[in-house]
Amino acid sequence: MSAGFVSAVYIAASILFILALGGLRNQESAKRAIWYGIAGMFLAMIATIFGPGVSNLFLILVAVGAGAVAGTIVAGRVQMTEMPQLVAALHSFVGLAAVFIGLNADVMLNAVNELKAAGTAIGDAELTGFGERLWKKDVTEIAILKVEVFLGIFIGAITFTGSVVAFGKLAGKITSKPEKLPGGHMLNLAAVLACLVLGVLYWGGAGAWTMVLMAVIAGFIGWHLIMGIGGADMPVVVSMLNSYSGWAAAAIGFTLGNDLLIVTGALVGSSGAILSYIMCRAMNRHFVSVILGGFGGTAGPAQEIEGEMVSIDADGVANALNDADSVIIVPGYGMAVAQAQNSVSELVRKLRGAGKEVRFGIHPVAGRLPGHMNVLLAEAKVPYDIVLEMEEINDDFPDTDVSIVIGSNDIVNPAAQEDPNSPIAGMPVLEVWKAKQCFVLKRGQGTGYSGIENPLFFRDNTRMYYGDAKASIDALLPKID
Amino acid sequence: MKIGTPKEVFEGEARVAMTPDSAQQLQKLGYDCAIETGAGLRAGFTDAAYREAGVEIINTAAGLWKAVDIVAKVRPPSETEVKRLKKGQTLISFFYPGSNEALMELAKSKSANVIAMDMVPRISRAQKMDALSSMANIAGYRAVIEAGNHFGRFFTGQVTAAGKVPPAKVLVVGAGVAGLAAIGTATSLGAMTFAFDVRPEVSEQIESMGAEFVFLEFDESSQDSSSTGGYAAPSSPEFQEKQLEKFRELAPEMDIVITTALIPNRDAPVLWTKDMVEAMKPGSVIVDLAAERGGNCELTVKDDKIVTDNGVTIVGYTDFPSRMATQSSSLYASNVRHMMTDLTPEKDGQVVHDMEDDVIRGATVTYAGEITFPPPPPKVAAIAAAPKRETPKPPTPEEKRAAELAAFKAETKSQITYLGVGTLVLLLIGAFAPASLMAHLIVFALACFVGFQVIWNVNHALHTPLMAITNAISGIIVVGALLQIGSVSWLVVLLSFISVLIASINIVGGFLVTRRMLAMFQKS
Repeated sequence: MSAGFVSAVYIAASILFILALGGLRNQESAKRAIWYGIAGMFLAMIATIFGPGVSNLFLILVAVGAGAVAGTIVAGRVQMTEMPQLVAALHSFVGLAAVFIGLNADVMLNAVNELKAAGTAIGDAELTGFGERLWKKDVTEIAILKVEVFLGIFIGAITFTGSVVAFGKLAGKITSKPEKLPGGHMLNLAAVLACLVLGVLYWGGAGAWTMVLMAVIAGFIGWHLIMGIGGADMPVVVSMLNSYSGWAAAAIGFTLGNDLLIVTGALVGSSGAILSYIMCRAMNRHFVSVILGGFGGTAGPAQEIEGEMVSIDADGVANALNDADSVIIVPGYGMAVAQAQNSVSELVRKLRGAGKEVRFGIHPVAGRLPGHMNVLLAEAKVPYDIVLEMEEINDDFPDTDVSIVIGSNDIVNPAAQEDPNSPIAGMPVLEVWKAKQCFVLKRGQGTGYSGIENPLFFRDNTRMYYGDAKASIDALLPKID
Repeated sequence: MKIGTPKEVFEGEARVAMTPDSAQQLQKLGYDCAIETGAGLRAGFTDAAYREAGVEIINTAAGLWKAVDIVAKVRPPSETEVKRLKKGQTLISFFYPGSNEALMELAKSKSANVIAMDMVPRISRAQKMDALSSMANIAGYRAVIEAGNHFGRFFTGQVTAAGKVPPAKVLVVGAGVAGLAAIGTATSLGAMTFAFDVRPEVSEQIESMGAEFVFLEFDESSQDSSSTGGYAAPSSPEFQEKQLEKFRELAPEMDIVITTALIPNRDAPVLWTKDMVEAMKPGSVIVDLAAERGGNCELTVKDDKIVTDNGVTIVGYTDFPSRMATQSSSLYASNVRHMMTDLTPEKDGQVVHDMEDDVIRGATVTYAGEITFPPPPPKVAAIAAAPKRETPKPPTPEEKRAAELAAFKAETKSQITYLGVGTLVLLLIGAFAPASLMAHLIVFALACFVGFQVIWNVNHALHTPLMAITNAISGIIVVGALLQIGSVSWLVVLLSFISVLIASINIVGGFLVTRRMLAMFQKS
């Protein structure tokens, strides 16, 4: 395949990727869009493998084959509740690959320089496609290349360790509480400065060790940064890492002078950036404050909460549901933890069978991954047209008989609207308390992840239905006519 | 310990303080239950029903008072009853300690503990034992039913083959618990309902029940009822004048008037004067729920129903809850049961009379040979003070346009700034960077731009599939490794091999899991 032909295929692949992302605008077109993505990837790999300057076909086949088998197994086995950790794990792979490719670029650059110094002619050297490109670079281009290598490795290393930590936290292998080393963000700042110094040294010709050391330090930054962020902020973290993995790919694209990598990396990078932005807006927080961990300072004492939590048993909830005409369910991470989505779906099926209007209200940051709840509900065969976004459903609460909160806390906290001193003041929340009656399914009386008291639980029209979400709903099911 | 309920001795009283249901709940708390024979009969609960619920039936009142440790009843005890109290025995009932001092002294001399259900403080935690509210709720409902009984027309407007029937107009004065219940009942029967209250903050509640708030033009900073524990306070003479004027204006139109205005520890204010009654149409009905305290209507006769010369019926009954004895007994019994739950923290059938507890302390009028009335003010304010709301003036069209213009200008400014800075940075790079880099930069910038445009349109529900698919296509980094894997250096080959391997996991895993997810989404 000639270089021109490869470029043409790359253009086709880029367009297919754009179509694949654009197709996600609704559920039906998405089912087609995925094939665009697969086709694009297939074309890109074939063109690259059979393009100029690529050898070691056997190794490639082994690696791709092994990777494909592993990928198939993982994708087939993963539970939908485990999606967040899977996504995080996959991000780490991209980060690690970016680090390796960046280091390779440096090794190859040195090799090419040695050959040049030895006076070998370009035709005699055994060069890969990339090596040939390196050969032809002039001094300025090589200087720029070094900057690109630096960026690729830096972003890649942060993505790698950050994703590994995010994976650990989401999978429950590491505590999901924010933890920081003494020194906190000053340590991160020092580490960034150290990376920059190493980068300058490398630029000045100090050799490959600077990049290896820099990768280690950047890895530390990624680890420490994500360790400092708590479980409920994971939607932002995962989308941020998604974005970083894209930028890492784009940086590698610059290093290798490969436009397909640049385009794809930029698409992924901007996608992740927008997701992070949407998540932050849904929490009314700045990206920086989420990433640096902890909530913004509070301006004064929180409002006193009046009243008491009144609990209710399955019979009470079932009676209210049997009497209700319209029901809105607000699921949160608790539903995922308890694996309650199938029970919820069964409940919805029964209620809808009795002619009641049942809908779901999904807060953008419910769960540990953007859109996590939607996927869980889809898995449990809840029709997607009754699963609505916060903005779509918030105005309907006053006309609703019963709202059910399943394992969510901060996203239904009225303090966000009523208490200007609350740490979550101004965060858009689902106004479940405006329904005539509100049931909260919760494991115990504690506060949520943020440690903020939730006045919702103390409202006159709120009843607490304690217990594991799945067990609680299973107990309800036989009581619904 | 044993809880017992005697038959009410007050004449005409049909309620009972324990129902078979509440007895079962009390037994769960560890108590034995006893009841005087026939106590529940007028409320529709037979001895057999009690026996089935595991309640001991005792033949005489005297025997019951002797046998139990806790007596639960409805009406304040008679003198005879108080004399039956033993040392350390607990009595739970309505007591009205403010006007029953002699009884209180007597109970004190007997060293009995008396819990007055009417003294339960009005805080949210105590709502489940607020018997006054439960009874007021019933009274409000019954008032409308009683009015309907004496009213010769439909409540709801109808168009029938025989002609058009206008809806009845109902005015409810005083929107407390009883008033709101009356509003709810009247609106659900289809009447056009109006309501008035001196506390303007209840207008929202009135409207939420479906009635129209009768608005009074009056320039007085009305006091916040939260300072008086949620009850109305006496208003100024000017205000009263204004209020009567409004009623006088409404009187000829209204078919049914239900008055529920009470001010704590005072006679009921007269709000519906003789001339207003005279101005009403014949056949109209007035139900005065304040009759016990003198009545809101000047012509009310306590415990009786009268018809005026111009044909207006005035109902002055004071026993509305007793007229619905089954309902009111079950609610009252459940209030008592909640009180017992609070008195039995260990659920072991032993009363712990915790005088530190706001609710228990507030309701206790005699304890261990001492009179403990009036209680100290509760530690928790009854109702949170309504936040002072300052309604921002709606902006005039000019102001609106000016604001829009300013916003537009600010936006333009920031956009131009960003564009300027961006251009400058690009120009700087362009001045030094070689052409090859610039070519890539163009591609990069355009791809970012396309990415932003495309991603904004992605459905929120598909964010997880979006992450999975971007994950898969970020596996495109495999291309980089493929370009390097042919190198002569073993290190490069090794690292590229690993990169190809893990990037392939990414690609295959990412696409497959996305496909799995997307296939799950289905329409109903």
